[in-house]
Amino acid sequence: MYDIVIVGAGIIGTLMARELSRYRLKTALIDKESDVANETSMANSAIVHTGYDPEDGTLKALLNVKGAEMYPQLCRELGCRIKQTGAYIAACGEEEEAHLEILADRAERRGIEYAWLSNEEAHIQEPNLSDHVTKVLDFPTTCVIYPWEVAIAAAETAVKNGTELYLNHACTGIDRTETGYVVHTKDRDFDTKMIINCAGIFADELYAMVGTPDFEIRPRKGEYYVLDNTVHFVKHIVFPVPSAKGKGVLAVPTVYGNTLIGPNSDFSDPEITTTAEGLAYVRENITKTLKNIPLNMSIRTFAGLRPSGSRGDFIIEEAKDAPGFINIAGIESPGLASAPAIVEYAIDNLIRPRTALEINEDAVMTRERPVVMSELSEEERTEMIRKDPRYANIVCRCEQISEGEVVDCINRPCGARTVKGVKKRVRPGMGRCQGGFCEPKVLAILSRELGIPMTEVVLDAPDSHILIRENR
Amino acid sequence: MMKKYSAVVIGGGSAGLAAGITLKENGIEDVLVIEKDDMVGGILNQCIHNGFGLHTFKEQMSGPAYAERFKVRAEEVGLNIKLKTMVTHIHEDRTIEYVNPQEGYVTIQADAIILAVGCYERNRGALAIPGQRPAGVYTAGQAQRYLNIDGYQVGSRVFILGSGDIGLIMARRMMLEGAKVYGVAEIMPYSNGLPRNIKQCLEDYDIPLYLSHTVTNIYGKDRLERIEVSKVDEKLRPIKGTEMYFDVDTLLLSVGLIPENHLGDEAGIAMDPRIKGPSVDENYMCSIEGFFACGNGLHVHDLVDYVTLQAQRAAMGAVHYLKNGKPQEKECRVMPGKGVLYTVPNRIHPHNIDKTVEFFFRINEPVDEAVITVRCGERVLRQVKKKYLVPSVMERMMFTAKQLADIDGDITFEMEAVSHDE
Ligand SMILES: Cc1cc2nc3c(=O)[nH]c(=O)nc-3n(C[C@H](O)[C@H](O)[C@H](O)COP(=O)(O)OP(=O)(O)OC[C@H]3O[C@@H](n4cnc5c(N)ncnc54)[C@H](O)[C@@H]3O)c2cc1C
Ligand SMILES: Cc1cc2nc3c(=O)[nH]c(=O)nc-3n(C[C@H](O)[C@H](O)[C@H](O)COP(=O)(O)OP(=O)(O)OC[C@H]3O[C@@H](n4cnc5c(N)ncnc54)[C@H](O)[C@@H]3O)c2cc1C
Repeated sequence: MYDIVIVGAGIIGTLMARELSRYRLKTALIDKESDVANETSMANSAIVHTGYDPEDGTLKALLNVKGAEMYPQLCRELGCRIKQTGAYIAACGEEEEAHLEILADRAERRGIEYAWLSNEEAHIQEPNLSDHVTKVLDFPTTCVIYPWEVAIAAAETAVKNGTELYLNHACTGIDRTETGYVVHTKDRDFDTKMIINCAGIFADELYAMVGTPDFEIRPRKGEYYVLDNTVHFVKHIVFPVPSAKGKGVLAVPTVYGNTLIGPNSDFSDPEITTTAEGLAYVRENITKTLKNIPLNMSIRTFAGLRPSGSRGDFIIEEAKDAPGFINIAGIESPGLASAPAIVEYAIDNLIRPRTALEINEDAVMTRERPVVMSELSEEERTEMIRKDPRYANIVCRCEQISEGEVVDCINRPCGARTVKGVKKRVRPGMGRCQGGFCEPKVLAILSRELGIPMTEVVLDAPDSHILIRENR
Repeated sequence: MMKKYSAVVIGGGSAGLAAGITLKENGIEDVLVIEKDDMVGGILNQCIHNGFGLHTFKEQMSGPAYAERFKVRAEEVGLNIKLKTMVTHIHEDRTIEYVNPQEGYVTIQADAIILAVGCYERNRGALAIPGQRPAGVYTAGQAQRYLNIDGYQVGSRVFILGSGDIGLIMARRMMLEGAKVYGVAEIMPYSNGLPRNIKQCLEDYDIPLYLSHTVTNIYGKDRLERIEVSKVDEKLRPIKGTEMYFDVDTLLLSVGLIPENHLGDEAGIAMDPRIKGPSVDENYMCSIEGFFACGNGLHVHDLVDYVTLQAQRAAMGAVHYLKNGKPQEKECRVMPGKGVLYTVPNRIHPHNIDKTVEFFFRINEPVDEAVITVRCGERVLRQVKKKYLVPSVMERMMFTAKQLADIDGDITFEMEAVSHDE
């Protein structure tokens, strides 16, 4: 019997698992995907917004400000990269400048740092700002993270503290029992006292397995271009002035040096696919705030689905018709930025009142950062190679990643099981060749480390085979 | 102490081997070739088809067989090769950082550096093909490697996007392995492959070639299930209503090769945007003194013979530089004019030319007959008529030092189609 089953291992589910692993609880974290953070938490703008955007009185406003404050410490504890880039909100003309005043006013009242930049100052900082930009509001404490790096680190920490992680386990039904619920998956059932619904775009469907949902999730697509990391297009995140349609098309310098250009915002096609129309929208609208856009240096495109809830705000509450079933739903932007605060809020207000939370003295809440050769000094690298020469065998020439790093990311708790899993953890295939050179090598290492034939190694889902049979 | 070499060759493919051997043959003693793989030969190792060496050795051989000739010669001349060694950075002062499991990270100094780093394949990311992200989409070279080096079949129902040579060769290879190839789509109204490959790899196997078509959608959550192919208009935009669907589990992309210019770029070497590789002079010297470039890392070649030839010339350029230093005179640019895509070299020092200089160039669209004009300002240096020109075949033109001795400005290569309408 589990105390808690968390359904969904995105940023919310994994941070929840980590936080709960502080206590003496029997917890399972289950996800239908082959890896943690494989849906919305894998495909977004990666920004830790400071919290000036949500309207007064919303959970979004409350938890975004709080979450943003928690991130630097969280990333330190989990050994994750966070980069303070600052964010420029670029206004074109008087009407938009007036809107900046509203944002500045909110920032003032919420204690968020901001600064005004004249047209000239802003163009000196960001030479690629469009000539139409007339004024800029700067939020210098805005950061970017690698969302799945945080989720993976959180899951790893939870697993080390005893949380059971079940990937490739889709919840197919939930029944009530005398003591709580039983969560069904194809391979096994989970008897549990409580369920935390962190199922992202499927949160309403999951809730419908036990009750009558009083909200609906309407997936809203966003598509992006990724630029090669040799391109230095912007130093800050550059936003247009937000409108009713959302935050608009932005340019984001990511933690590892690639630039994201996107997203659009589209309710009409709730599939994780890129479309010619969506990308055309991005190409067109980025020119509102920026010029000289090097889309010819794009190395990839991707799409993500925002789990937009019908209530507009985050939904963090116990289901009215299902005691012990806790919904964390409608976690669209700024969901990532708010995530640590969402988890804290849910534990304090919904879980603690139902369950005694007894501290687990053995729990270790920190995770040491895995070795990244390119981040080490010469002496440290030499030492690493002396201990394990595989750290000198480079398998990815775009990102210069060694065999040692790949092996390590497979053999850790919550380790990589797929080619995409390796890519998410140590980045081979993220560069301009997109795996043309390194994929065969990564495949061979996965096969060796997992003790499975090459033909059993998959790209992502259990049926996503790369090689169909041996030839000789 | 930092170890010093007269010349270091980065990359041990056909270009690197030829360059290394030529350096040794011409009296440069301490030459080092650095190769990241566990064998030399580069891309040749996975090209098990025949079609190499017709010019150099006057016979048809496979890629590995061609490489073998150079391996044997490398041993004869005592060429020093470091395998499983990756060059991570190079610098303007000609220091080179490399790493391997035996030595760890090491920095060495060279008097001359020859870049022979090969190329990489354009992929789905760069093309931004819409749709899902299933397994089953490969670059043609990647599939070729899985098949010919690792010994695995990647799929059984195949479509190929792009009519580059690797794609054509893979079409035949997959058929021979028992897979069915449904077709090849090419966005241009003509093929980018060598005519002989169209004949031997497609026509002989009844594989349809869809010119002016491209892949416009990809379906499949886990493994590829289906693709959408559309006709394109003159501006290469898909035409609504022309969609065709193929239920395939494999899509191979043969949509272009790009010189691997990252090392050079980082060191500050100027690139020629037309070839995406370094801009070089008559001696294959890059914009930074003492650096030379050749092979697919300079510009993409379809024939290994020319790779070998240019690598030998780059090596001779390095020998010349090691003896005489860099040319002092002003350089003239060599520019592609109307109808021409690029020229290599793209600049020359007229008085530094030893006896001859050969220009390699490509034209930008197929023509039955054309006049190629090379001029310096108003002055016509040469005018020749040529038949059956295609962009996939590299053209060459030789000039003697004497012919270029008195030029005083930029040289342009132009192509004008001859029309036989009247
Ligand atoms: C285009 C875009 C841009 C964004 N930009 C930002 C930004 O810059 N800053 C920011 O703060 N936020 C941003 N967001 C929002 C942010 O990405 C989300 O709020 C956050 O990732 C949501 O995390 P999650 O864990 O709730 O959802 P997810 O990451 O989607 O996790 C849900 C998990 O539940 C699993 N699941 C679902 N159903 C089942 C089932 N039946 N059984 C088992 N498992 C199941 C799924 O597989 C999935 O792994 C953006 C979102 C999008 C789409
Ligand atoms: C698939 C294919 C089919 C072809 N078919 C034919 C044919 O039928 N007939 C024909 O005549 N020609 C053919 N060619 C053309 C010709 O064979 C090639 O263009 C030629 O072999 C390229 O040689 P290269 O040395 O420039 O590049 P490569 O062979 O790619 O060699 C580059 C080498 O550099 C190494 N390297 C790169 N970066 C580093 C680094 N940082 N540190 C250390 N080492 C590094 C690589 O590992 C590689 O071994 C074909 C080419 C291809 C790609």
